[in-house]
Amino acid sequence: MPGVKQLAGRKELMAGGHRACAGCLPMTAMRQTLLTAGKDTVCGCATGCVEVVTTIYPYTAWRTPFIHSAFENSAATISGAEAAYRSLRRQGKIDKKINFIAFAGDGGTYDIGLQALSGAMERGHNMLYICYDNEAYMNTGIQRSGGTPKGTATSTTPVGKVVPGKKEFPKPLTEIMIAHRIPYVAQATPGFPKDLSDKVEKALAIDGPAFMNILTPCTRGWRYPMEESMEVARLAVETCFWPLFEVEHGKFKVTRKPKEKIPVAKWMEGQGRFRHLFKEQNKHIIDEIQEEVDRNWAWLLKREELTQS
Amino acid sequence: MGRRLILTGNDAAAEAMRQIDPDVVAAFPITPQTELMHKFAEHVADGDVKAEFVLVESEHSAMSATVGAAAAGARAMTATSANGLALMWEIVYIAASYRLPIVMPVVNRALSGPINIHCDHSDTMGCRDTGWIQLYSENAQEVYDNVIQAVRIAETPDVLLPVMVTFDGFILSHTAEVLDGLEDNVVKKWVGEYKPKYSLLDTDQPMTFGPLDLQDYYFEHKRQQVEAMRNARAAVKEVGKLFDELSGRSYDMLEAYRLDDAELVIMALGSTAGTTKVVIDELRAEGTAAGLLKIRCFRPFPELEIAESLKNAKAVAVLDRSVSFGAPGGPVHKEIRAALFGSSGVGLVNYIYGLGGRDVSMDHIRSVFKDLETIAVKGTPTDNIRFLGLRE
Amino acid sequence: MREKAWTEIPIGGAIEEAGNAETYETGSWRTYRPIWNEETCIHCLRCWVACPDSSILVAEAKMTGIDYEHCKGCGICAFECPVDPKSIEMKLETDVDKS
Repeated sequence: MPGVKQLAGRKELMAGGHRACAGCLPMTAMRQTLLTAGKDTVCGCATGCVEVVTTIYPYTAWRTPFIHSAFENSAATISGAEAAYRSLRRQGKIDKKINFIAFAGDGGTYDIGLQALSGAMERGHNMLYICYDNEAYMNTGIQRSGGTPKGTATSTTPVGKVVPGKKEFPKPLTEIMIAHRIPYVAQATPGFPKDLSDKVEKALAIDGPAFMNILTPCTRGWRYPMEESMEVARLAVETCFWPLFEVEHGKFKVTRKPKEKIPVAKWMEGQGRFRHLFKEQNKHIIDEIQEEVDRNWAWLLKREELTQS
Repeated sequence: MGRRLILTGNDAAAEAMRQIDPDVVAAFPITPQTELMHKFAEHVADGDVKAEFVLVESEHSAMSATVGAAAAGARAMTATSANGLALMWEIVYIAASYRLPIVMPVVNRALSGPINIHCDHSDTMGCRDTGWIQLYSENAQEVYDNVIQAVRIAETPDVLLPVMVTFDGFILSHTAEVLDGLEDNVVKKWVGEYKPKYSLLDTDQPMTFGPLDLQDYYFEHKRQQVEAMRNARAAVKEVGKLFDELSGRSYDMLEAYRLDDAELVIMALGSTAGTTKVVIDELRAEGTAAGLLKIRCFRPFPELEIAESLKNAKAVAVLDRSVSFGAPGGPVHKEIRAALFGSSGVGLVNYIYGLGGRDVSMDHIRSVFKDLETIAVKGTPTDNIRFLGLRE
Repeated sequence: MREKAWTEIPIGGAIEEAGNAETYETGSWRTYRPIWNEETCIHCLRCWVACPDSSILVAEAKMTGIDYEHCKGCGICAFECPVDPKSIEMKLETDVDKS
């Protein structure tokens, strides 16, 4: 498994000059993924921030083959490319090993692309699907998605006189993908680069479909200072809001266990999107989120224990 | 060298697909297309074809996977009907815009709602501006021949556009007919090896497909599509000629039936053209100068050829098996009217007919010719958009 | 880049030159400029692995500089730098210009 030094010896596959916001951690996730995957990787991306900022015609930041088709069909599009590869390989028309990665944001995954993702995973394509989860529709202007945390202020769940942000907990997407019983499911974040890289490598090595949910803080949407992107990503892990774990053929492994579990409020207080929750009348929402985090974390550890040996 | 076959329209399309042997086929069931894919699935199950068969979870994903496969350098096909075509609409546009030479049989069926599984052309007429070439088929023989020709038309280097081969749901898809098939090796050689212009799988020449194309270049890419569609006219004709040399069956954008001296002319697409031919023979025996101008290729639209073909007609009835709400007539009629704009003397009338599978009988076609006798004398009537077979 | 006519560009919106975004300058977006002190740098590459803009230059697993053509000045590199005092400091572009 490559460490950061090994990755640094590899060809950079995401060119500078893309139009992402300064401090965009989704782009860091892309870099880390591509450095791990290598140049023989066909990438697709759903409509969204990454697709828009990397391919403003006549420019492309991709040094791998890349296709964007639409918002909801990243998984289906890449599944077609992978089917073409299998067909041409069977016919002896192509020989080399090629990786297939479909990217989409949380909107393109939790919401509009869920059906295509579910179908592609069920069909067993040898591909990796990566959700770069920045917890709202950032490209269209920070609207809530099915992946937006409870209590978040977004453009469509603004904090008003009677409504304190998004009312619902997010859809447990990673759990939904685990329930598909595919060979590999993992959560990662570019805040822990080696962990992310190890998981991408494993996901690509496994024969069959793999899914990774990668938390990628968004400085604009989450409203924290742009230089803190990596720190915000790490705090999400250290508070157990975003546990780093993998499920390989049904076996759970928590890849990072914080020495000291930090209260989730510590992660939230640095982000403008949660600011209103720290008012006295809303503090119960933070408590509810903490309870949910604790429950999820305990259940994760339990499952790791249950699936040992 | 020919093979005499008894096939339904669906089976004929599947037989052509078996012989073309594409690299990737994506499929999702919808009536009346289902049996086409059942048949192809049997070929997959028996190992008769090399195609990777991708059984997707929706038509949207069927077209998306086909786009992904075609962009990866594969010869890729799918098939659908009605609501399935409507669901894949977004990606139907994208397939043409990315210049991917996909071939898709579409079994014509009415669009919901209320839901209806029978034939009309509202599905494919609705996507006449998606940038796909459209070939309409009169019978199972044409289904078979058109699917084979579509591959070469789509892959013509100065065209590179996807092709829809349409045929009428149930009327053709589920009716067995006798037809002449070509030998496997003849088809294989004639369609040839697909050599893609670009491929996602070429990791040494990595390409970006589907960028964000803004005010500075989107228009230029659309202009390229306009040019490709213009080039498609020659390609449809040329491939038709080559197919004639191969099979003895000639194809052009239009087909004229007893048209040379015809005064009363019906224009139709699909299976209704066949019904009309029978009526014309009867009317001719009775002394009426009736004729047919069938449109095989609706996109690109052969407007000059139509104007030329109709120059001796005294009255023309355009049969539209779909309706264009709020528009001056059905979609075919509007285009014929535009083609005839400025040409004098031809009385023109439009009949919307057969929606949702409403039967069109020989008596209906006779009644149209009867109307045309009057229109030939009096010219285009004020009630020039009429409904055939509707309970008024 | 001169805007080309429809006859001069590849069909279908395809882009043939992989990674040509590197010819697009985004360095002018910067308000703050990262200044690297080579003397104190321990080459841990935390800045490199975190940079969203591929703008930390490395050779043989060692940092060699900063790509100011593309660096947008987000400051992640300076924030991540573990050395005390930091080997990368953020300075206002206007101050850098003066010096």
